[in-house]
Amino acid sequence: MNDIPAFEMIDGHVELDRRPVLRGVDLRVPAGEVLTVLGPNGSGKSTLVRALLGLVRLTSGSVTVHGTPPTRFRDWARIGYVPQRLSAGGGVPATVREVVASGRVARRRRLRPASAADRAAVNEALAAVGLSDRAGESVQELSGGQQQRVLIARALAGEPDTLVLDEPTAGVDAENQQALAATLGEVAARGATVVLVAHELGPLAGVVTRSVVLSDGRVVHDGPPPVVATAPVCEHPQVVTPETSLAGWPGAREAR
Amino acid sequence: MIAELFALDLMRYALIASVLVGLAAPTVGTFIVQRRLALLGDGIGHVALTGVALGFLTGTSPLITAVIVAALGAVAIEFVRARARTGGDVALALLFYGGIAGGVLLIGLAPGGSSGTLLGYLFGSISSVTVADLYVIGGLAALVLGVVAVFGRELFVLCQDEEMARASGLPVRFLSLVIAVTAALTVVIAMRVVGLLLVSALMVVPVAAAQQLSRGFTATMLIAMVLGVGSAVAGLGTSFYADVAPGAAIVLIALGTFIVCVAAGGLVRRLRARAAAQAPVPQQQPETMVT
Repeated sequence: MNDIPAFEMIDGHVELDRRPVLRGVDLRVPAGEVLTVLGPNGSGKSTLVRALLGLVRLTSGSVTVHGTPPTRFRDWARIGYVPQRLSAGGGVPATVREVVASGRVARRRRLRPASAADRAAVNEALAAVGLSDRAGESVQELSGGQQQRVLIARALAGEPDTLVLDEPTAGVDAENQQALAATLGEVAARGATVVLVAHELGPLAGVVTRSVVLSDGRVVHDGPPPVVATAPVCEHPQVVTPETSLAGWPGAREAR
Repeated sequence: MIAELFALDLMRYALIASVLVGLAAPTVGTFIVQRRLALLGDGIGHVALTGVALGFLTGTSPLITAVIVAALGAVAIEFVRARARTGGDVALALLFYGGIAGGVLLIGLAPGGSSGTLLGYLFGSISSVTVADLYVIGGLAALVLGVVAVFGRELFVLCQDEEMARASGLPVRFLSLVIAVTAALTVVIAMRVVGLLLVSALMVVPVAAAQQLSRGFTATMLIAMVLGVGSAVAGLGTSFYADVAPGAAIVLIALGTFIVCVAAGGLVRRLRARAAAQAPVPQQQPETMVT
């Protein structure tokens, strides 16, 4: 593992429609870390991860992706992104396999058919989210939770070493949350960096090594994940203290 | 009977033109419908009218000026869409009005021109297609299909999920312009065959029909191309024998296929549901990918 962090934001400010959304965020995400960004609605969680990827421009401050500003970053095949969305479809039907295969777009050359490696990666991603047997079906006909898994498989298909997920558990039932936690656990075990936006951690708590809590565009907590993972963090930010958390997650210390 | 159809040079040209249009329009249309910009073709079509009038005013070929103005209009739509918070539909509406008003205004200024001059372009005049037109149409159609072959995979990602395209490092602005300009070229190709007011029908209706039958993007596009060519040729044949307007015949036949496809699609889905109920493990589908 090298010293270049997967993401680094220094004094990041973002304004959307002249409204400040991030107010001076410092965040360094070392490679290999599983970080969760928690906080109430409107606290700037999504904006933070989108700014890390360069999808939202900073009004001041700086951000780097693997040591390079997003505008000059070229190695996008390393990044897997799961946007916050309930639907995975456009106006035309697309099969699960087509959508998942599109996650490899950064790795493929123009006018070349899919290689054996492409197909293998897509099959593996489908298997990882348990949708292998639905590959030929239209994404639009799946349930919301299944569509969310399709988007996760799409990100996995690119074989990224850096995974950014924006509320992947929103609208997903408990069983699918367990499956997602298992998948992310495997990805993290392979040494990938994971940045995960969540409203509440739920089953994902076991995978996370560090959590950042945002409130009103500022980092109000940065440390091990909260113990009371099932309680909505937004309502009880005061329970999130490093002391109580460390007791719950001995493994969390390694991340510090 | 068919031989009689081909005996006339005029009909041969018309046939070639309609096959090219039937092929190109649904191909581009698939991406546009996926991007939820089904009315983009209409917007560009209205703008192209200004281009046609400009051709008459300046004494140049209306086909060439239409290409230029339609492409500029498409770029303008794309910029408004990307910048404005209001979304694509308002951007399109603005272009609709500007395009028609500009066309009527300019044609009035052209020597000997009146709004009647524009009728052939508004509703198509396939019987007046010349060999020179055919070269332009053929070249543009090849360009459109080439763009889809080269950029298809990236365009699929863009139209499916723009944010994902950006996070994959794709040149989103460039690809957006590619799709807009390709749509503009398609509009101009189709202008002579079905007319500017009906252009969008050939981009949207075969796609809407195809997606009743398919579950995938590539499949939708291929079926739409078949339906597009089929409707164009059948419509042309109908117009020849029944002496009706070819553009209208083509579009009505396309709409007819849509209705048939809706019925067939419902039947297919019911059969699939029954098959799925009997065999709980669905079969693995062979890989279908965008080129």
